[in-house]
Amino acid sequence: MTASLVLFYLFAALALGSAIAMVLNVRNTVAAALSLVVTMIALAAIFVLLEAYLVGAVQIMVYAGAIVVLFLFVVMLLNLRTDLFPAGRSFLPKALGVIAALALLALLLPRIASHLPAQTVLPADFGGYRSVGIAMFTKYLLPLEVVSLLLLAAIVGAVVLAKRRID
Amino acid sequence: MELAVVIKTLFIILVVMAGFLPIITWVERKQSAVMQDRIGANRADIGGIAALGLLHPAADVLKLLTKEDFVPAGANRVMHLLAPVIALVPVIITLAVVPFGGRYVFGDTTLNLVVADVDWGMLYILAVGSLAAYGTVIAGWSSNNNWALLGSLRGSAQMISYEVTMGLSIVSLFMVYETLKLTDMAIYQDATFRLFGFLEHFGLMKDIGWLGLLQLPRWGIFLQPLAFFLFLTCVMAENKRPPFDVPEGESEIIAGYHMEYSGMRFGLFYTAEFLEVPVIGTIVATLFLGGWSIPFLPQETLIRGLTHFGGEGFATGLTMILHVLTFFLKVIFMIWLQMQIRWTLPRFRYDQVMNLCWKIMLPLSIANIFVTAVGLLIVDGAGR
Repeated sequence: MTASLVLFYLFAALALGSAIAMVLNVRNTVAAALSLVVTMIALAAIFVLLEAYLVGAVQIMVYAGAIVVLFLFVVMLLNLRTDLFPAGRSFLPKALGVIAALALLALLLPRIASHLPAQTVLPADFGGYRSVGIAMFTKYLLPLEVVSLLLLAAIVGAVVLAKRRID
Repeated sequence: MELAVVIKTLFIILVVMAGFLPIITWVERKQSAVMQDRIGANRADIGGIAALGLLHPAADVLKLLTKEDFVPAGANRVMHLLAPVIALVPVIITLAVVPFGGRYVFGDTTLNLVVADVDWGMLYILAVGSLAAYGTVIAGWSSNNNWALLGSLRGSAQMISYEVTMGLSIVSLFMVYETLKLTDMAIYQDATFRLFGFLEHFGLMKDIGWLGLLQLPRWGIFLQPLAFFLFLTCVMAENKRPPFDVPEGESEIIAGYHMEYSGMRFGLFYTAEFLEVPVIGTIVATLFLGGWSIPFLPQETLIRGLTHFGGEGFATGLTMILHVLTFFLKVIFMIWLQMQIRWTLPRFRYDQVMNLCWKIMLPLSIANIFVTAVGLLIVDGAGR
Protein backbone atom coordinates (compact mmCIF):
# COMPACT_ATOMS: atom_id res chain seq x y z
CA MET A 1 0.00 0.00 0.00
CA THR A 2 1.43 3.36 -0.97
CA ALA A 3 1.61 6.32 1.37
CA SER A 4 -1.08 8.20 -0.53
CA LEU A 5 -3.46 5.23 -0.22
CA VAL A 6 -2.86 5.08 3.54
CA LEU A 7 -3.53 8.81 3.75
CA PHE A 8 -6.67 8.41 1.63
CA TYR A 9 -8.13 5.80 3.97
CA LEU A 10 -7.12 7.87 6.99
CA PHE A 11 -8.86 11.00 5.75
CA ALA A 12 -11.85 9.05 4.41
CA ALA A 13 -12.34 7.52 7.86
CA LEU A 14 -11.93 10.96 9.44
CA ALA A 15 -14.49 12.49 7.06
CA LEU A 16 -17.02 9.71 7.71
CA GLY A 17 -16.42 9.67 11.46
CA SER A 18 -16.77 13.42 11.86
CA ALA A 19 -19.86 13.46 9.63
CA ILE A 20 -21.48 10.84 11.87
CA ALA A 21 -20.36 12.80 14.94
CA MET A 22 -22.07 15.87 13.49
CA VAL A 23 -25.39 14.03 13.19
CA LEU A 24 -25.10 12.46 16.64
CA ASN A 25 -24.28 15.85 18.21
CA VAL A 26 -27.42 17.47 16.83
CA ARG A 27 -28.46 18.71 20.29
CA ASN A 28 -25.10 20.34 20.98
CA THR A 29 -25.03 22.76 18.05
CA VAL A 30 -21.49 24.06 18.51
CA ALA A 31 -20.02 20.56 18.70
CA ALA A 32 -21.98 19.63 15.56
CA ALA A 33 -20.59 22.66 13.70
CA LEU A 34 -17.06 21.81 14.82
CA SER A 35 -17.50 18.23 13.56
CA LEU A 36 -18.57 19.74 10.24
CA VAL A 37 -15.28 21.64 10.13
CA VAL A 38 -13.32 18.42 10.60
CA THR A 39 -15.35 16.85 7.75
CA MET A 40 -14.50 19.80 5.50
CA ILE A 41 -10.79 19.61 6.30
CA ALA A 42 -10.73 15.83 5.69
CA LEU A 43 -12.54 16.35 2.35
CA ALA A 44 -10.01 19.02 1.39
CA ALA A 45 -7.20 16.59 2.17
CA ILE A 46 -8.85 13.98 -0.09
CA PHE A 47 -9.15 16.56 -2.89
CA VAL A 48 -5.44 17.30 -2.54
CA LEU A 49 -4.66 13.56 -2.67
CA LEU A 50 -6.68 13.42 -5.91
CA GLU A 51 -4.49 16.28 -7.25
CA ALA A 52 -7.41 18.71 -7.29
CA TYR A 53 -5.30 21.29 -5.50
CA LEU A 54 -7.40 24.35 -6.20
CA VAL A 55 -10.62 22.67 -5.03
CA GLY A 56 -8.85 21.47 -1.87
CA ALA A 57 -7.55 24.95 -1.01
CA VAL A 58 -10.89 26.58 -1.79
CA GLN A 59 -12.67 23.93 0.28
CA ILE A 60 -10.70 25.00 3.35
CA MET A 61 -10.69 28.72 2.58
CA VAL A 62 -14.42 29.03 1.84
CA TYR A 63 -16.14 26.23 3.75
CA ALA A 64 -13.93 25.54 6.76
CA GLY A 65 -12.49 29.04 7.03
CA ALA A 66 -15.50 31.24 6.37
CA ILE A 67 -18.90 29.56 6.13
CA VAL A 68 -18.67 27.30 9.18
CA VAL A 69 -17.12 30.15 11.19
CA LEU A 70 -20.24 32.14 10.32
CA PHE A 71 -22.41 29.16 11.38
CA LEU A 72 -20.58 29.10 14.70
CA PHE A 73 -20.90 32.85 14.99
CA VAL A 74 -24.68 32.71 14.63
CA VAL A 75 -24.98 29.67 16.92
CA MET A 76 -22.93 31.39 19.60
CA LEU A 77 -24.91 34.64 19.27
CA LEU A 78 -28.19 32.74 19.69
CA ASN A 79 -26.58 30.97 22.66
CA LEU A 80 -28.45 27.72 21.99
CA ARG A 81 -28.24 25.41 24.97
CA THR A 82 -28.67 21.67 24.90
CA ASP A 83 -31.79 21.85 27.11
CA LEU A 84 -33.55 23.87 24.41
CA PHE A 85 -33.71 20.71 22.31
CA PRO A 86 -35.53 18.05 24.35
CA ALA A 87 -34.63 14.50 23.45
CA GLY A 88 -37.06 13.17 20.86
CA ARG A 89 -39.23 10.45 22.32
CA SER A 90 -40.65 9.02 19.13
CA PHE A 91 -38.72 6.13 17.70
CA LEU A 92 -40.46 6.18 14.31
CA PRO A 93 -38.73 9.22 12.63
CA LYS A 94 -35.28 7.92 13.53
CA ALA A 95 -36.05 4.44 12.23
CA LEU A 96 -37.51 5.90 9.01
CA GLY A 97 -34.43 8.07 8.57
CA VAL A 98 -32.08 5.11 8.96
CA ILE A 99 -34.15 3.01 6.51
CA ALA A 100 -34.21 5.85 3.93
CA ALA A 101 -30.45 6.33 4.20
CA LEU A 102 -29.77 2.60 3.82
CA ALA A 103 -32.15 2.39 0.83
CA LEU A 104 -30.35 5.28 -0.88
CA LEU A 105 -27.00 3.59 -0.20
CA ALA A 106 -28.26 0.27 -1.63
CA LEU A 107 -29.56 2.10 -4.70
CA LEU A 108 -26.44 4.15 -5.36
CA LEU A 109 -23.61 1.81 -4.42
CA PRO A 110 -23.94 -0.71 -7.31
CA ARG A 111 -24.34 2.12 -9.83
CA ILE A 112 -21.24 3.91 -8.59
CA ALA A 113 -19.30 0.65 -8.63
CA SER A 114 -20.32 -0.10 -12.23
CA HIS A 115 -19.60 3.42 -13.46
CA LEU A 116 -16.06 3.79 -12.16
CA PRO A 117 -14.01 5.37 -14.96
CA ALA A 118 -10.94 3.62 -16.27
CA GLN A 119 -7.62 4.83 -14.96
CA THR A 120 -6.09 7.47 -17.22
CA VAL A 121 -2.98 9.61 -17.15
CA LEU A 122 -3.84 13.07 -15.86
CA PRO A 123 -3.15 15.98 -18.22
CA ALA A 124 -0.39 18.37 -17.20
CA ASP A 125 -1.40 21.02 -14.66
CA PHE A 126 -4.56 19.06 -13.79
CA GLY A 127 -6.49 20.70 -10.98
CA GLY A 128 -4.16 23.68 -10.76
CA TYR A 129 -5.47 27.23 -10.64
CA ARG A 130 -4.31 27.87 -14.22
CA SER A 131 -6.24 25.05 -15.91
CA VAL A 132 -9.34 25.61 -13.77
CA GLY A 133 -9.25 29.34 -14.48
CA ILE A 134 -8.82 28.85 -18.23
CA ALA A 135 -11.67 26.32 -18.33
CA MET A 136 -13.89 28.61 -16.28
CA PHE A 137 -13.38 31.68 -18.47
CA THR A 138 -13.53 29.94 -21.87
CA LYS A 139 -15.54 26.73 -21.94
CA TYR A 140 -17.80 27.43 -18.95
CA LEU A 141 -18.11 31.20 -19.28
CA LEU A 142 -21.92 31.27 -19.53
CA PRO A 143 -22.56 29.05 -16.47
CA LEU A 144 -20.03 31.14 -14.53
CA GLU A 145 -21.83 34.37 -15.42
CA VAL A 146 -25.20 32.85 -14.52
CA VAL A 147 -23.88 31.73 -11.13
CA SER A 148 -22.32 35.14 -10.48
CA LEU A 149 -25.68 36.79 -11.28
CA LEU A 150 -27.31 34.46 -8.76
CA LEU A 151 -24.73 35.41 -6.14
CA LEU A 152 -25.25 39.10 -6.91
CA ALA A 153 -29.00 38.67 -6.40
CA ALA A 154 -28.31 36.95 -3.06
CA ILE A 155 -26.03 39.80 -1.96
CA VAL A 156 -28.63 42.42 -2.90
CA GLY A 157 -31.26 40.40 -1.05
CA ALA A 158 -29.09 40.24 2.08
CA VAL A 159 -28.52 44.00 1.97
CA VAL A 160 -32.26 44.68 1.55
CA LEU A 161 -33.14 42.38 4.47
CA ALA A 162 -30.49 43.91 6.74
CA LYS A 163 -31.40 47.47 5.78
CA ARG A 164 -35.10 47.01 6.61
CA ARG A 165 -34.05 46.05 10.16
CA ILE A 166 -31.95 49.21 10.53
CA ASP A 167 -34.45 51.72 9.06
CA MET B 1 15.38 13.46 -0.59
CA GLU B 2 13.31 12.80 2.53
CA LEU B 3 16.30 13.65 4.68
CA ALA B 4 16.61 17.06 3.02
CA VAL B 5 12.93 17.78 3.76
CA VAL B 6 13.39 16.85 7.42
CA ILE B 7 16.48 19.04 7.73
CA LYS B 8 14.75 22.00 6.06
CA THR B 9 11.68 21.61 8.30
CA LEU B 10 13.83 21.46 11.43
CA PHE B 11 15.87 24.44 10.28
CA ILE B 12 12.96 26.80 9.65
CA ILE B 13 11.08 25.72 12.79
CA LEU B 14 14.19 26.00 14.97
CA VAL B 15 15.10 29.43 13.61
CA VAL B 16 11.61 30.82 14.06
CA MET B 17 10.54 29.07 17.28
CA ALA B 18 13.82 28.78 19.14
CA GLY B 19 15.54 31.79 17.59
CA PHE B 20 12.99 34.51 16.97
CA LEU B 21 10.28 33.67 19.51
CA PRO B 22 12.20 34.20 22.81
CA ILE B 23 13.94 37.27 21.42
CA ILE B 24 10.64 38.81 20.35
CA THR B 25 9.20 38.80 23.86
CA TRP B 26 12.38 40.55 24.96
CA VAL B 27 12.21 43.03 22.07
CA GLU B 28 8.58 43.75 22.93
CA ARG B 29 9.48 44.63 26.52
CA LYS B 30 12.54 46.67 25.57
CA GLN B 31 10.69 48.50 22.79
CA SER B 32 7.86 49.46 25.14
CA ALA B 33 10.47 50.70 27.63
CA VAL B 34 12.13 52.83 24.95
CA MET B 35 8.80 54.22 23.76
CA GLN B 36 7.71 55.03 27.33
CA ASP B 37 11.10 56.45 28.33
CA ARG B 38 11.96 53.97 31.08
CA ILE B 39 14.72 51.42 31.56
CA GLY B 40 12.53 48.36 31.21
CA ALA B 41 12.91 44.67 31.73
CA ASN B 42 16.10 44.17 33.76
CA ARG B 43 14.96 42.49 36.99
CA ALA B 44 15.26 38.77 36.18
CA ASP B 45 18.82 37.79 37.00
CA ILE B 46 20.95 34.79 37.83
CA GLY B 47 23.45 35.65 40.56
CA GLY B 48 23.13 39.35 39.85
CA ILE B 49 23.70 39.09 36.10
CA ALA B 50 20.62 40.52 34.38
CA ALA B 51 22.05 40.29 30.83
CA LEU B 52 20.01 43.30 29.56
CA GLY B 53 16.79 41.55 30.58
CA LEU B 54 17.43 38.63 28.24
CA LEU B 55 16.59 36.25 31.08
CA HIS B 56 12.97 37.43 31.19
CA PRO B 57 11.75 34.98 28.51
CA ALA B 58 13.20 32.10 30.55
CA ALA B 59 11.51 33.45 33.68
CA ASP B 60 8.23 33.68 31.73
CA VAL B 61 8.34 30.06 30.66
CA LEU B 62 9.31 28.89 34.15
CA LYS B 63 6.42 30.81 35.69
CA LEU B 64 3.85 29.63 33.13
CA LEU B 65 4.91 25.99 33.38
CA THR B 66 4.69 25.90 37.18
CA LYS B 67 1.28 27.59 37.41
CA GLU B 68 -1.92 25.62 37.92
CA ASP B 69 -3.60 24.44 34.72
CA PHE B 70 -7.18 25.34 35.54
CA VAL B 71 -10.38 24.32 33.76
CA PRO B 72 -13.41 26.29 34.99
CA ALA B 73 -16.55 24.50 36.18
CA GLY B 74 -19.16 24.26 33.41
CA ALA B 75 -16.54 24.52 30.70
CA ASN B 76 -16.40 22.01 27.87
CA ARG B 77 -13.29 20.23 29.10
CA VAL B 78 -12.06 18.65 25.86
CA MET B 79 -12.54 21.79 23.78
CA HIS B 80 -11.10 24.00 26.50
CA LEU B 81 -7.92 21.93 26.57
CA LEU B 82 -7.72 21.70 22.76
CA ALA B 83 -8.28 25.37 21.87
CA PRO B 84 -4.72 26.66 22.52
CA VAL B 85 -3.32 23.90 20.31
CA ILE B 86 -5.81 24.74 17.55
CA ALA B 87 -4.69 28.36 17.78
CA LEU B 88 -1.00 27.50 17.52
CA VAL B 89 -0.92 24.84 14.78
CA PRO B 90 -1.99 27.00 11.76
CA VAL B 91 0.73 29.53 12.60
CA ILE B 92 3.49 26.91 12.57
CA ILE B 93 2.39 25.01 9.45
CA THR B 94 2.24 28.25 7.44
CA LEU B 95 6.05 28.13 7.37
CA ALA B 96 5.94 25.01 5.18
CA VAL B 97 5.59 26.93 1.91
CA VAL B 98 7.77 29.95 2.69
CA PRO B 99 11.07 29.84 0.79
CA PHE B 100 14.01 30.93 2.94
CA GLY B 101 16.43 30.65 0.02
CA GLY B 102 16.42 30.09 -3.71
CA ARG B 103 17.31 27.11 -5.89
CA TYR B 104 20.95 26.10 -5.99
CA VAL B 105 22.62 23.59 -8.27
CA PHE B 106 25.46 21.57 -6.74
CA GLY B 107 26.78 19.31 -9.49
CA ASP B 108 23.85 17.01 -10.31
CA THR B 109 21.72 17.79 -7.23
CA THR B 110 19.44 20.78 -6.93
CA LEU B 111 18.80 22.23 -3.50
CA ASN B 112 15.51 24.10 -3.16
CA LEU B 113 15.34 25.92 0.15
CA VAL B 114 11.64 25.51 0.88
CA VAL B 115 9.92 22.68 2.76
CA ALA B 116 6.99 22.20 0.34
CA ASP B 117 7.45 23.81 -3.07
CA VAL B 118 3.76 23.70 -4.06
CA ASP B 119 2.28 25.42 -7.08
CA TRP B 120 -0.58 26.90 -5.02
CA GLY B 121 1.56 28.16 -2.12
CA MET B 122 -0.25 31.43 -1.62
CA LEU B 123 -3.64 29.66 -1.61
CA TYR B 124 -2.24 27.36 1.08
CA ILE B 125 -1.26 30.34 3.22
CA LEU B 126 -4.69 31.94 2.85
CA ALA B 127 -6.44 28.62 3.59
CA VAL B 128 -4.36 27.86 6.68
CA GLY B 129 -4.71 31.46 7.84
CA SER B 130 -8.48 31.17 7.64
CA LEU B 131 -8.35 28.24 10.08
CA ALA B 132 -6.66 30.41 12.71
CA ALA B 133 -10.05 31.84 13.70
CA TYR B 134 -11.06 28.50 15.24
CA GLY B 135 -8.64 28.78 18.17
CA THR B 136 -10.28 32.06 19.13
CA VAL B 137 -13.84 30.82 18.61
CA ILE B 138 -13.41 27.55 20.48
CA ALA B 139 -11.51 29.16 23.36
CA GLY B 140 -14.28 31.68 23.98
CA TRP B 141 -17.12 29.23 23.60
CA SER B 142 -15.67 26.38 25.66
CA SER B 143 -14.85 28.63 28.64
CA ASN B 144 -18.55 29.04 29.53
CA ASN B 145 -17.96 32.69 30.35
CA ASN B 146 -19.89 35.58 28.83
CA TRP B 147 -16.88 37.90 28.60
CA ALA B 148 -14.81 35.22 26.92
CA LEU B 149 -17.67 34.52 24.49
CA LEU B 150 -17.98 38.23 23.64
CA GLY B 151 -14.24 38.40 23.10
CA SER B 152 -14.23 35.43 20.76
CA LEU B 153 -17.22 36.83 18.84
CA ARG B 154 -15.33 40.07 18.30
CA GLY B 155 -12.18 38.19 17.39
CA SER B 156 -13.83 35.88 14.87
CA ALA B 157 -15.80 38.73 13.24
CA GLN B 158 -12.61 40.75 12.92
CA MET B 159 -10.62 37.84 11.51
CA ILE B 160 -13.25 36.84 8.91
CA SER B 161 -13.60 40.45 7.77
CA TYR B 162 -9.90 41.03 7.35
CA GLU B 163 -9.44 37.67 5.60
CA VAL B 164 -11.66 38.93 2.76
CA THR B 165 -9.57 42.05 2.27
CA MET B 166 -6.31 40.14 2.79
CA GLY B 167 -7.12 37.76 -0.06
CA LEU B 168 -8.28 40.53 -2.40
CA SER B 169 -5.39 42.88 -1.62
CA ILE B 170 -2.79 40.53 -3.08
CA VAL B 171 -4.72 39.49 -6.20
CA SER B 172 -3.11 42.43 -8.02
CA LEU B 173 0.27 41.07 -6.93
CA PHE B 174 -0.55 37.66 -8.45
CA MET B 175 -1.44 39.43 -11.70
CA VAL B 176 1.97 41.10 -11.81
CA TYR B 177 3.93 37.97 -10.82
CA GLU B 178 1.70 35.67 -12.91
CA THR B 179 2.13 32.92 -10.30
CA LEU B 180 0.91 31.78 -6.88
CA LYS B 181 4.09 29.85 -6.15
CA LEU B 182 6.15 31.58 -3.50
CA THR B 183 9.49 30.32 -4.78
CA ASP B 184 8.75 31.70 -8.26
CA MET B 185 7.64 35.00 -6.74
CA ALA B 186 11.00 35.35 -4.99
CA ILE B 187 12.85 34.47 -8.19
CA TYR B 188 10.80 37.07 -10.12
CA GLN B 189 11.87 39.71 -7.60
CA ASP B 190 15.55 38.79 -7.95
CA ALA B 191 15.97 41.40 -10.70
CA THR B 192 15.82 45.14 -11.25
CA PHE B 193 13.67 47.45 -13.35
CA ARG B 194 14.47 50.83 -14.86
CA LEU B 195 12.51 53.62 -13.22
CA PHE B 196 11.96 55.41 -16.55
CA GLY B 197 11.89 52.29 -18.71
CA PHE B 198 8.25 53.00 -19.56
CA LEU B 199 9.33 56.01 -21.70
CA GLU B 200 11.16 53.65 -24.02
CA HIS B 201 8.47 50.98 -23.77
CA PHE B 202 5.71 53.30 -25.00
CA GLY B 203 7.96 54.89 -27.63
CA LEU B 204 7.91 58.33 -25.97
CA MET B 205 11.72 58.46 -26.15
CA LYS B 206 14.00 56.52 -28.47
CA ASP B 207 16.76 56.16 -25.93
CA ILE B 208 16.43 57.23 -22.30
CA GLY B 209 20.23 57.53 -21.91
CA TRP B 210 21.46 58.12 -18.37
CA LEU B 211 17.91 57.81 -17.00
CA GLY B 212 18.29 54.09 -17.59
CA LEU B 213 20.78 53.99 -14.74
CA LEU B 214 18.04 54.84 -12.25
CA GLN B 215 16.98 51.35 -11.23
CA LEU B 216 15.03 49.76 -8.43
CA PRO B 217 14.90 46.12 -7.33
CA ARG B 218 11.83 44.48 -8.92
CA TRP B 219 10.19 44.02 -5.52
CA GLY B 220 6.48 43.82 -4.77
CA ILE B 221 6.62 46.91 -2.58
CA PHE B 222 7.77 49.02 -5.56
CA LEU B 223 5.47 47.40 -8.12
CA GLN B 224 2.37 47.31 -5.87
CA PRO B 225 2.84 49.83 -3.03
CA LEU B 226 -0.88 50.04 -2.22
CA ALA B 227 -1.15 46.24 -2.00
CA PHE B 228 1.76 46.28 0.46
CA PHE B 229 0.02 48.66 2.86
CA LEU B 230 -3.34 46.89 2.55
CA PHE B 231 -1.80 43.45 3.09
CA LEU B 232 0.34 44.56 6.02
CA THR B 233 -2.67 46.15 7.72
CA CYS B 234 -4.75 43.00 7.18
CA VAL B 235 -2.16 40.58 8.54
CA MET B 236 -1.62 42.83 11.55
CA ALA B 237 -5.38 42.80 12.17
CA GLU B 238 -5.39 38.99 11.82
CA ASN B 239 -2.66 38.89 14.44
CA LYS B 240 -5.01 40.64 16.95
CA ARG B 241 -2.15 42.62 18.49
CA PRO B 242 -2.52 46.36 19.16
CA PRO B 243 -3.73 48.55 17.50
CA PHE B 244 -6.18 45.79 16.49
CA ASP B 245 -6.49 44.12 19.92
CA VAL B 246 -10.26 44.58 20.24
CA PRO B 247 -10.92 40.87 21.10
CA GLU B 248 -9.45 41.82 24.46
CA GLY B 249 -10.08 45.05 26.31
CA GLU B 250 -9.61 45.51 30.03
CA SER B 251 -12.23 48.21 30.33
CA GLU B 252 -14.89 46.50 28.18
CA ILE B 253 -14.66 42.71 28.16
CA ILE B 254 -11.73 42.07 30.51
CA ALA B 255 -9.16 39.74 28.94
CA GLY B 256 -11.30 38.53 26.05
CA TYR B 257 -11.38 35.01 24.71
CA HIS B 258 -8.45 33.65 26.76
CA MET B 259 -9.51 35.04 30.15
CA GLU B 260 -10.31 31.59 31.61
CA TYR B 261 -6.90 30.19 30.67
CA SER B 262 -4.00 29.89 33.04
CA GLY B 263 -0.49 28.54 33.07
CA MET B 264 1.06 27.23 29.87
CA ARG B 265 -2.30 27.02 28.04
CA PHE B 266 -2.54 30.79 28.31
CA GLY B 267 1.12 30.77 27.32
CA LEU B 268 0.23 28.89 24.13
CA PHE B 269 -2.19 31.65 23.06
CA TYR B 270 0.56 34.13 23.73
CA THR B 271 3.03 31.98 21.81
CA ALA B 272 0.66 31.83 18.84
CA GLU B 273 0.27 35.60 18.88
CA PHE B 274 3.99 36.26 19.19
CA LEU B 275 4.91 33.57 16.68
CA GLU B 276 2.67 35.23 14.12
CA VAL B 277 4.97 38.26 14.14
CA PRO B 278 7.98 36.50 12.54
CA VAL B 279 5.66 34.36 10.38
CA ILE B 280 4.05 37.53 9.03
CA GLY B 281 7.58 38.82 8.56
CA THR B 282 8.52 35.83 6.37
CA ILE B 283 5.36 36.12 4.25
CA VAL B 284 5.59 39.88 3.72
CA ALA B 285 9.32 39.63 3.02
CA THR B 286 8.67 36.95 0.38
CA LEU B 287 5.73 38.72 -1.25
CA PHE B 288 6.90 42.33 -1.19
CA LEU B 289 10.55 42.62 -0.16
CA GLY B 290 12.12 40.21 -2.63
CA GLY B 291 12.40 37.21 -0.30
CA TRP B 292 15.98 35.99 -0.20
CA SER B 293 17.18 38.14 -3.10
CA ILE B 294 19.97 40.65 -2.54
CA PRO B 295 19.05 43.99 -4.20
CA PHE B 296 21.04 44.79 -7.40
CA LEU B 297 22.90 41.47 -7.13
CA PRO B 298 20.98 38.74 -9.02
CA GLN B 299 21.83 35.15 -8.13
CA GLU B 300 23.71 34.42 -11.39
CA THR B 301 25.87 37.55 -11.14
CA LEU B 302 26.70 36.80 -7.53
CA ILE B 303 27.69 33.18 -8.24
CA ARG B 304 29.75 34.25 -11.28
CA GLY B 305 31.53 36.90 -9.22
CA LEU B 306 32.28 34.55 -6.34
CA THR B 307 33.66 31.83 -8.64
CA HIS B 308 36.83 33.97 -8.95
CA PHE B 309 37.61 33.26 -5.29
CA GLY B 310 37.02 29.53 -5.31
CA GLY B 311 35.34 26.68 -7.11
CA GLU B 312 31.82 26.69 -8.41
CA GLY B 313 30.60 24.67 -5.41
CA PHE B 314 32.17 27.22 -3.06
CA ALA B 315 30.50 30.11 -4.90
CA THR B 316 27.07 28.45 -4.90
CA GLY B 317 27.35 27.53 -1.22
CA LEU B 318 28.41 31.03 -0.21
CA THR B 319 25.58 32.51 -2.29
CA MET B 320 23.13 30.22 -0.53
CA ILE B 321 24.35 31.31 2.91
CA LEU B 322 24.21 34.99 1.89
CA HIS B 323 20.67 34.55 0.56
CA VAL B 324 19.44 32.87 3.75
CA LEU B 325 21.03 35.62 5.84
CA THR B 326 19.45 38.30 3.62
CA PHE B 327 16.06 36.65 4.02
CA PHE B 328 16.24 36.62 7.80
CA LEU B 329 17.56 40.20 7.78
CA LYS B 330 14.38 41.22 5.95
CA VAL B 331 12.30 39.20 8.44
CA ILE B 332 14.03 41.06 11.31
CA PHE B 333 13.23 44.36 9.60
CA MET B 334 9.55 43.36 9.34
CA ILE B 335 9.52 42.36 13.04
CA TRP B 336 11.01 45.74 13.94
CA LEU B 337 8.38 47.51 11.80
CA GLN B 338 5.53 45.61 13.47
CA MET B 339 6.89 46.36 16.94
CA GLN B 340 7.21 50.04 16.02
CA ILE B 341 3.58 50.16 14.83
CA ARG B 342 2.39 48.23 17.88
CA TRP B 343 3.94 50.69 20.33
CA THR B 344 3.13 53.83 18.33
CA LEU B 345 -0.57 53.68 17.45
CA PRO B 346 -3.35 53.78 20.04
CA ARG B 347 -5.90 50.98 19.77
CA PHE B 348 -8.94 51.35 17.55
CA ARG B 349 -12.52 51.24 18.75
CA TYR B 350 -14.36 48.13 17.56
CA ASP B 351 -16.59 49.91 15.03
CA GLN B 352 -13.54 51.76 13.68
CA VAL B 353 -11.81 48.43 13.04
CA MET B 354 -14.82 47.17 11.08
CA ASN B 355 -15.32 50.44 9.17
CA LEU B 356 -11.66 50.50 8.20
CA CYS B 357 -11.97 46.99 6.78
CA TRP B 358 -15.27 47.05 4.95
CA LYS B 359 -15.64 50.70 3.94
CA ILE B 360 -12.06 51.76 3.19
CA MET B 361 -9.71 48.83 2.62
CA LEU B 362 -12.05 46.48 0.74
CA PRO B 363 -13.03 49.09 -1.92
CA LEU B 364 -9.37 50.15 -2.18
CA SER B 365 -8.20 46.59 -2.78
CA ILE B 366 -10.87 46.00 -5.46
CA ALA B 367 -9.94 49.31 -7.12
CA ASN B 368 -6.29 48.23 -7.01
CA ILE B 369 -7.13 45.00 -8.86
CA PHE B 370 -9.04 46.96 -11.51
CA VAL B 371 -6.31 49.58 -12.02
CA THR B 372 -3.60 46.89 -12.14
CA ALA B 373 -5.55 44.91 -14.74
CA VAL B 374 -5.98 47.97 -16.97
CA GLY B 375 -2.33 48.91 -16.49
CA LEU B 376 -1.11 45.44 -17.40
CA LEU B 377 -3.31 45.45 -20.53
CA ILE B 378 -1.87 48.80 -21.65
CA VAL B 379 1.73 47.76 -20.98
CA ASP B 380 1.29 44.43 -22.78
CA GLY B 381 -0.46 46.13 -25.69
CA ALA B 382 2.35 48.67 -26.11
CA GLY B 383 4.99 45.96 -26.07
CA ARG B 384 3.43 44.08 -28.95
